[in-house]
Amino acid sequence: MVEAIRFRDDIHEEPAVSLDAFLDQSNATAVRIEAGEDARLLLPLLDRISLVEIDFPVFGDGRGYSAAQILREAGYEGELRASGDVLVDQLAYMRRCGFDSFIPDAPIDPKVMEEALARYEHVYQGTSDQRTPIWRHRHG
Amino acid sequence: MYQYDQYDQQMVDTRVEEFRDQVKRRLAGDLTEDQFKPLRLMNGLYLQLHAYMLRVAIPYGTLNSKQMRMLGHIARKYDRDYGHFTTRQNIQYNWIKLEEAPDLLADLASVEMHAIQTSGNCIRNISSDQYAGAARDEIADPRPWAEILRQWSSFHPEFSYLPRKFKIAVIASEEDRAAMRLHDIGIQLVRKDGELGAKFFVGGGMGRTPMIAPEIRDFVPADELISYAEACLRVYNRYGRRDNKYKARIKILVHELGAEEYTRQVEEEFAHMKTLGLNPPVEELARITEYFADPAFEGNAPDELDLSDPDFKLWVDQNVVAHKQPGYAIATISLKPKGGIPGDASSAQIDLMADLAEQYSFDELRVTHSQNIVLPHVRKSDLYAVWQKLDEAGLAPANLDLITDSIACPGLDYCSLANARSIPLAQKISERFADLGRQRELGELKLKISGCINACGHHHAGHIGILGVDRKGTENYQLLLGGSAAEDTSLAKITGPGFDEDGVIDAIETVTDVYLEEREGDERFIDTYRRVGMARFKEAIYG
Ligand code: SF4
Repeated sequence: MVEAIRFRDDIHEEPAVSLDAFLDQSNATAVRIEAGEDARLLLPLLDRISLVEIDFPVFGDGRGYSAAQILREAGYEGELRASGDVLVDQLAYMRRCGFDSFIPDAPIDPKVMEEALARYEHVYQGTSDQRTPIWRHRHG
Repeated sequence: MYQYDQYDQQMVDTRVEEFRDQVKRRLAGDLTEDQFKPLRLMNGLYLQLHAYMLRVAIPYGTLNSKQMRMLGHIARKYDRDYGHFTTRQNIQYNWIKLEEAPDLLADLASVEMHAIQTSGNCIRNISSDQYAGAARDEIADPRPWAEILRQWSSFHPEFSYLPRKFKIAVIASEEDRAAMRLHDIGIQLVRKDGELGAKFFVGGGMGRTPMIAPEIRDFVPADELISYAEACLRVYNRYGRRDNKYKARIKILVHELGAEEYTRQVEEEFAHMKTLGLNPPVEELARITEYFADPAFEGNAPDELDLSDPDFKLWVDQNVVAHKQPGYAIATISLKPKGGIPGDASSAQIDLMADLAEQYSFDELRVTHSQNIVLPHVRKSDLYAVWQKLDEAGLAPANLDLITDSIACPGLDYCSLANARSIPLAQKISERFADLGRQRELGELKLKISGCINACGHHHAGHIGILGVDRKGTENYQLLLGGSAAEDTSLAKITGPGFDEDGVIDAIETVTDVYLEEREGDERFIDTYRRVGMARFKEAIYG
């Protein structure tokens, strides 16, 4: 099993349950969303969640990016983890959409990751990572 | 024209470094071709039949002479001395070496150009009206809006792994010169109570299931443009089909949900998006708009034109249209010489067009979706000199919008998906109809050729369309009639059984003969077709 890569200090160890199980079961605090499941179903329950794991069956399936954004836009502050076919060249965009931990199927070279994440000093759009978009730098 | 500031330049330079690193990892074997593919595609690099093809973005089809010269330089240095202007107002090069691609991108970046998102399942280069800023009928210049969208869509983290590619066009006049409603999102700038805003059409496209985009909102104010676009994209990213590549474009989602339900979902998402502070302030649109201010037109440039040279007159009649500024004209350089490859230009021709733009058109050029080049701001008194220089370089075919001004996709000569060759067919047709008198007699006639059902040659939108199919292992061509990509958008219909190469050319000839017999008054081909219907043409073709 590949180690989780974390960009937050609190560690959540409870295994994530499926979305259906989570919605039925009031005491779980970690949930896993498959690509194609509706992250909005979690919005009324955000208070009790400390981990949402979103699966990427193949890296080209980009639904998880929107799921992450939806959760962060709704104020979710717990751990948001991407699992599955998560590759180093997708990490920067995932971070921008609010993911703060990763369990990739295949190991990621830490040095390549560091470079990839540090590469772009600026961004064009506002997203849930709250980085300042270029247009705001231009207009103060 | 827009100019990069330090931020834009830094973004593009960083992308070059990033890609250099990715290529290095690929060449060292750290990345498999499967892993590398989406990365190179985000940079416009395709693996074709014989070599890599690189597509360079020309945002909204506008460029200056320095950029145009760079395109010539790239043709010389990295390709076989020519480039191919595409139906997406871009240019592509067919013979690129992977090892050299990073240097090529660095050269492009030095003139504020790039290949970002010219392929892949992301938001592609934004297209626009090739006459923007010069057209008489526009209510504003659409390009500042296109530039806002370019920046927003570049490196968009949420929308870079969409179900399928995504194309946006922005226009600002009633006459549609950009096939706006055949885009995933078509935006038409409109005024409401004096305020400029965007009318949204979503879910158009060509490909195997062509559709005309329905209007989903009549007015989006400038300072909500981005959140509305985000809402459109988010619904698509979440619910667009990913199970079947051929059903993955947004047009299928809009069609399956129905425009009304899709719109409802977008509006719901929009209500939420509006609260997130995603929209640049109006000052940003104002900042960008300043770059597109009119050039310093001469107030009293003479409006008369000496048309005593008959060849010049033919060119003016066909390739020159009225400019909003008296004394000026918009001139189209046709890249469709007799027997030539539609959209191809040699590096010498590219350089010449750059020189002409610098000297005679306030340093501006445009690429059109019908694969021609426009000099948007030429003083009428300079037109003759411009024409003479073009003519010497083989760049003065007087055939804009005539049958030989055809669009053709790369087809079987380059494309790994093709069923049939497109380019040689276009060449033969242009030879068969070479007589300019005959072409002019036939008038406006848009001929569009695709080498397979993916429709890169826009055959559905041709007054006459040709589709290459594979029939028991031999190339076969279906003929279609009645399409249009203009404001009267319509989709062409197949006439019947297909033909071999010579057969389809004969059939086109038959079709044009029927038109000449049936035409009433000054009807164009498409008008006659719409009036008399398919049956008359079918009968003549198949007897
Ligand atoms: S229409 Fe088909 S053959 Fe032509 S370029 Fe597109 S994919 Fe290739």
